[in-house]
Amino acid sequence: MNKESYFGSALAGLKTLFTGMDITMGEYMTRKITEQYPENRKTQHIAERHRGTLVMKDQSKCKACGLCETACPNGTIKIASKMVTKADGKKGKILLDYQYDLGDCMFCQLCVNACNFGAIEFVKDFENATFDRNALVQHLAVAPTAEEMAQYEENAKVAAAKAAEEAKAKAAAEAKKVAENVEPAKEKEA
Amino acid sequence: MFDFSIITTWFNDLLMGFCPEWLAITIECILVGLLIIVGYALLAIVLIFMERKVCAYFQCRLGPMRVGPWGLLQVFADVVKMLIKEIFFVDKADKLLYALAPILVMAGSIGAFAFLPWNKGAVILDFNVGIFLYTAVSAIGIVGIFLAGWASNNKYALVSAMRGAVQMISYEMSLGLCLITATILTGTMQVSGIVEAQSGPFGWLIFQGHIPALIAFFIFIIAGNAEANRGPFDLAEAESELTAGYHTEYSGMGFGFYYLGEFLNLFIVAGMTALIFLGGYAPIQIGVEAFDEVMGYIPGIVWFLGKAFAMVWLLMWIKWTFPRLRIDQILKMEWKYLMPLALFNLVLMTVCVAFDLVGSIYSGIAVAAALAVLLAVIFVRAFKFKANFDKEQELVGVPQAIKKDK
Repeated sequence: MNKESYFGSALAGLKTLFTGMDITMGEYMTRKITEQYPENRKTQHIAERHRGTLVMKDQSKCKACGLCETACPNGTIKIASKMVTKADGKKGKILLDYQYDLGDCMFCQLCVNACNFGAIEFVKDFENATFDRNALVQHLAVAPTAEEMAQYEENAKVAAAKAAEEAKAKAAAEAKKVAENVEPAKEKEA
Repeated sequence: MFDFSIITTWFNDLLMGFCPEWLAITIECILVGLLIIVGYALLAIVLIFMERKVCAYFQCRLGPMRVGPWGLLQVFADVVKMLIKEIFFVDKADKLLYALAPILVMAGSIGAFAFLPWNKGAVILDFNVGIFLYTAVSAIGIVGIFLAGWASNNKYALVSAMRGAVQMISYEMSLGLCLITATILTGTMQVSGIVEAQSGPFGWLIFQGHIPALIAFFIFIIAGNAEANRGPFDLAEAESELTAGYHTEYSGMGFGFYYLGEFLNLFIVAGMTALIFLGGYAPIQIGVEAFDEVMGYIPGIVWFLGKAFAMVWLLMWIKWTFPRLRIDQILKMEWKYLMPLALFNLVLMTVCVAFDLVGSIYSGIAVAAALAVLLAVIFVRAFKFKANFDKEQELVGVPQAIKKDK
């Protein structure tokens, strides 16, 4: 039927009305999507990708390189690090403090993307309200203990001694080499 | 069926026993008036709560859940809030009309409310031109709405009042024509007479009057919806265009009166539909004696309220489905479609009655079967939709995730 005509348009209109009522009736019957938040804490579902707060996933992976600190647009992250000698004698940075200010964070995830070692990540915890702004400043890293620091000192001494010994040995070898080089020259002259 | 007039007669005799007739009648009038107002207020509370819940369910929400168990006390909290709000007069308003308008709306609404048949013997305003007077009384509300817009001295309120008046005066036409159509079949305008005419097996008007009665029913619902100023005919209260509508400048209980009036108009329209087309307080009768007997034991007020609330629910379904119409669309719909159809239907009904084509039990059974099939189709489709929806949700993985968290 012609939808422009008097009766045609009336019938077409009527049909769309019933289509609409059909759809809303179905909607009336469906499970309601309302989440009753404080009561449903145990069952509530938060999207996997929700970014609630930053946490240190695995501190041993953190190399205190400071890439996250540099990547942060807000200056949310402040890293304190120290150059120490590890047990194998090699020098490296260790993390003294990882200060994260939740109040400044805009949850852009640039820090997580910047991290080459997968040490930090965002988790879904979202109940972050506090009564004191200072409580929002969090320290994510466990600071090294006095023993550990002492161990590092020890490592450094051992390494220094080793280095000195090596240097000595090297110097001796060098001297020997020089001497050997000198000998043939003398022989030539003779 | 229980006849409420036993109680009223007993009460009348009791009063007549110790006081003169004029005093007895005065006391009775005051009591009935109080009962009407109390019933009005109680129904308003029920309707507001129902509106909020039904609306929420149509929008896939839960509605009020916080105040009281399942949100049951929400409306009481709202009423208390409304009552303690300050009522202030707009500076340049027409003070007399401004104060008068909400009272007129309430008067029209309560007046129309008094026509509803609650039970056998409990029809409050019951005389030979009942339905006719009902149309006259309910029209007072239009004056209230128009005065509110005019007296507020606010351009939005005025535009809204103009829209409201135009719409309500227009749809009064179809409403009246449908009432006349029904009156042709029942042969009386008396409220109790209309109900009596609809008792008996398949006696309801939509069963008795088959096609013309169904058309009249359809038009009556649309026109009644417009008359109650509810969506999709709520352009007088188009919040997005007119801040609030004709009651923009009202606060506290002044606004509360309009709010109440609107909800009660919804109930009055639903109740009138139940009275005229669904047999008022008359129970379902199918001609099988045992079944009819059992149905007859259910009191009339239960039948009436059940039918009226079913109609209220239908009107809410309509309201929360369709978008608002434009003023020209509303007028076009009334004057070009509904009114000619109502006039044609009037002729059709007259012909049917004149040639005795109505009132047969077979047409009643046919209509009842058709309605039952329609309801079945609606629910089957709705449950199919629900199943599909749940499946889709499962595909998205929400329920699994919830289960895992548990």
